[in-house]
Amino acid sequence: MTTAAIAVDHARASRARRLFRRFASRPPAVVGLVGVILVVLIAIFAPLISPYDPAQGDYNHVFLTPFSAGHVLGTDDLGRDVLSRILQGSRSSLSAGLAATLLAVVVGVSFGLLAGYYRGALDTIIMRATDVMLAFPFLVLAVGLAAILGPSLNNAILALAISSVPGYVRITRAEVLGLREQDYVQAAIVNGAPDRVILFRHILRNCVSPLVVQASVTIPTMIIGEAALSFLGIGVQPPTASWGIMLSSAQGYISQAPWYALIPGVAIAITALSFNLLGDGLRDILDPRATK
Amino acid sequence: MSENVLEVRQLKKYFSLPRSSGGSVRAVDGVDLTIGQGEVVGLVGESGSGKSTVGKCIVRLLEPTEGTIRLHGRDITTASRRQLRGVRTEMQMVFQDPYSTLNPRMTIGDIVAEPMQLHRLARGRELDTKVAGLLDKVGLASHLRHRYPHELSGGQRQRAGLARSLSVEPSLLVADEPVSALDVSVQAAVLNLLMDLQRDMGFSCLFIGHDLATVEFLCDRVAVMYLGRIVEEVNTTDLFRAPKHPYTQSLLSAAVVPDPKLQRTRQRIVLQGDIPSPINPPTGCTFHTRCPVAQLPLCSDTSPTLTDVTGRSHLASCHLITADGTAPDVTLSQTTENAWSKT
Repeated sequence: MTTAAIAVDHARASRARRLFRRFASRPPAVVGLVGVILVVLIAIFAPLISPYDPAQGDYNHVFLTPFSAGHVLGTDDLGRDVLSRILQGSRSSLSAGLAATLLAVVVGVSFGLLAGYYRGALDTIIMRATDVMLAFPFLVLAVGLAAILGPSLNNAILALAISSVPGYVRITRAEVLGLREQDYVQAAIVNGAPDRVILFRHILRNCVSPLVVQASVTIPTMIIGEAALSFLGIGVQPPTASWGIMLSSAQGYISQAPWYALIPGVAIAITALSFNLLGDGLRDILDPRATK
Repeated sequence: MSENVLEVRQLKKYFSLPRSSGGSVRAVDGVDLTIGQGEVVGLVGESGSGKSTVGKCIVRLLEPTEGTIRLHGRDITTASRRQLRGVRTEMQMVFQDPYSTLNPRMTIGDIVAEPMQLHRLARGRELDTKVAGLLDKVGLASHLRHRYPHELSGGQRQRAGLARSLSVEPSLLVADEPVSALDVSVQAAVLNLLMDLQRDMGFSCLFIGHDLATVEFLCDRVAVMYLGRIVEEVNTTDLFRAPKHPYTQSLLSAAVVPDPKLQRTRQRIVLQGDIPSPINPPTGCTFHTRCPVAQLPLCSDTSPTLTDVTGRSHLASCHLITADGTAPDVTLSQTTENAWSKT
């Protein structure tokens, strides 16, 4: 390796280290990261670590309180192990949160870039369409779409993603409108850069901060949204466990077994909070101008 | 002199206003400009005179409304973006604002390398060497190539911007007030650098500015713009020694002379009011509304043409310049005041 190449490697390594150190110096972000990693690991290994089959009921042991022998979090109205169902529920919650957000970001950012960069009639069409969608409250739109598409986890994800696309279109377009007047974009045009280079290298890269922030807010919203759709019976279908379904069935027994409603609620809250904290931390370290 | 690098003929750029108000902003209204091989031409004027618009039209960041732009004899006025791509290595631009001229998410090295990558001029190790050479040329330490723009000072950023522009070895550099956002001490350093690079690399340069001292220092020839038109154009020495147009005379009298004694005794011409709106420019000579020596109705009725007034390519557009090249002297008019008489 030449000395120049070593210098480059060294610079890259120290940059990664610097980013990591900046991240590590923010306790809330670290807590968020640990929480997210934990939830992801739980979701991946749910079938292996579940003490029972989450769909298998036992009518001799319904509504066991938490910390009962053999059932750490107790059992539900059909005698199913709550811990096993929480573990399995993390899968639908996470996949809904991540997949719906990813879909919304990809679609929303694409439309936002097109509208903001090319302007003209395309801009008008895209923006009026988002205005129409924004006229409906997020959950109402998602419920409506999910009802039309039919009840299933995939359709719930699709419905949630479509409902949050307008937000991304708006944020991206606003950023692009400001960035395209920057001198470095003008310089890229003078250099004969093709649109794809200008859009991705010069414009999109500089929209990352607000998009990360928005995504960090969207993921927990999607997790809650999935729970809401499942709660209403148009998301995940029984007997598959989902935090939303668990909440929904718990509401009938809220006076006899309040812990049964509390447990999935706490799971939703912890997951949503972890993603929020992580998102805030990411935003801070992703912006090179942020103070150290 | 060999072939001209840039020839601009009757360049016009009108910005249309919302339909309700009808009209349009005549930012540039018929500008002719020629830049020879290795020549540095200054374009000066106050804010709103359209000098930056001329620069942006030349590099085709703006679409000219009318006129032709020829680069090395080739008409690029209506060339498509695809056609322009091949011309992009020939002309480059340096921008005014050191804070927005560099992409904040790219390292200095990547920024300088980008034009060469886009035009496939170099790759791999050769590209590395070229970037290092360019940074050295503009006086940036080699370790700065891994830094981000926010870690650099304003002067360093302008140097990096210069390195990016010169990386493709253009034959024409449009410099749009490259130093006006910098501290005076840094200005001098960047100007010296620009001049050295120009001498070494031999590119032609259109230097847009409003600071007369920097223009005098750097340029071979100067064109003075007022309200979208060139009112006077001549070599730098003659412009500063014997300005013909009343506007140029006023402009020069307003500039500070770096000699306190001289500055105190100078006659300063204070122009009344602001530059008129380019939406509805004055009739006749556009300067007649503020000209201290204007002779109505001659100046308000007919528009003067830019003509050679001395026979030594000293172009000026003013009715009051006589056939033998005698120009009106604005310091003799009543609207002038001694620089310090009021204070």
